[in-house]
Amino acid sequence: MRIGGRDLATTAAIALLGVAVLSWGSDGFTAFTAEAARRRQVLAEPRPLPAVGLEDQDGRRFSFADYAGRLLAVEFVYTRCDTVCYSLGAAFKQIRESVPAHRLGRDFALLSVSFDPVRDDPPRLREYAGRFGADGVHWRIARPADAGELAALLAAFGVVVVPDGLGGFEHNAAIHLVGRDGRLRRIADLDAVDAFVAGLERET
Amino acid sequence: MNAPAVRFGAAALFLLLALPPARAWLEATMTRHMLVQIPLLVAVGVLLGGGLAARVRRALLTAAGGPLGGLTAAAFTSTYWMLPRALDAAVADVWVDAVKFATLPLLVGLPLALAWRPLGAVGRGFVWTNLISMLLFVGWLYVAAPVRVCNSYLTDDQAQAGWAMIQIAGLVFAAWFAALFVGRPRDAQRGAIGDNGLRPTPASRGQPLFR
Repeated sequence: MRIGGRDLATTAAIALLGVAVLSWGSDGFTAFTAEAARRRQVLAEPRPLPAVGLEDQDGRRFSFADYAGRLLAVEFVYTRCDTVCYSLGAAFKQIRESVPAHRLGRDFALLSVSFDPVRDDPPRLREYAGRFGADGVHWRIARPADAGELAALLAAFGVVVVPDGLGGFEHNAAIHLVGRDGRLRRIADLDAVDAFVAGLERET
Repeated sequence: MNAPAVRFGAAALFLLLALPPARAWLEATMTRHMLVQIPLLVAVGVLLGGGLAARVRRALLTAAGGPLGGLTAAAFTSTYWMLPRALDAAVADVWVDAVKFATLPLLVGLPLALAWRPLGAVGRGFVWTNLISMLLFVGWLYVAAPVRVCNSYLTDDQAQAGWAMIQIAGLVFAAWFAALFVGRPRDAQRGAIGDNGLRPTPASRGQPLFR
């Protein structure tokens, strides 16, 4: 194999272009997974949420706009789940217990949203609330009122739900924080509850 | 096989892979996506390269910066489509998938096919060892990773893809190693006598040096 000067220059240009594309595709070599990218994007540019109608465990209709002016923690679940959702429920319970009582409801609320709205009717949502000690007021369990709006809701949050072939689902479980302006501002890991709660103090 | 037949094979394989049911089935699991669909798309490019006239092959390779340039393009492009984020995007967005369908044949398979002979034995050895180490590294990562790297795929699927990569790495290594010694002695000889691919020596055309 002989390499001339022109070949070397072309090869160097290809390599530079390659590095540029890889860097662009991984946010400067920081986000190699879609999940990491989603978290970075939300931090850099808080996302508006769609006006999706929700129905809670008591059949009450509401929307994200009803939480304007308050901070809202959102998780996505399905009530039959007993693996990662169990950790999610436990994490949410821990958040509820860590947030000062005077902030609950007035300044901060929790919302668990089911992505299995056909099966998860209000009685099932109520049962889930009971399992994790959600009071149904400051921590509501809800489903999209119109199952047709589920896809738009998940897309806005960047949540991907995959059937596991055994009747259940796998999903990128996380704790989502919606700011007082109604925008998705932060996404945290389930096991980072302390940091999540500490971060609430910094939210304006 | 003659060139038109090879070109036809490349086109047929490409169209087959692009059929919506084939796409959906192959992209439904991480194992099929990474270890069946992507290699077949690269194969489309290899076939295409094999089906081109020698004159066109030379012109293309020269434009691409020779064997080293072609190899560099193939390395960067294949690395990009190994990013879990790129796989997720290809599943979620048909336009991203279209880019994948275009770049894997044209920027991985085709340059590899054009550069293969001119690369010489050392260059080809580099490609093989690089492929083996990449499969082992990514495979081990997927088996050992405590997190799901793709939002579109199940955790079990990720581990399965990881094990499959490790097994394929073993098979590729065994095949490459065996070929070095027993399979095709002329290959090793060809590299040793300084094949530059542009002016093939009699040996590299597969003809005996002495009759």
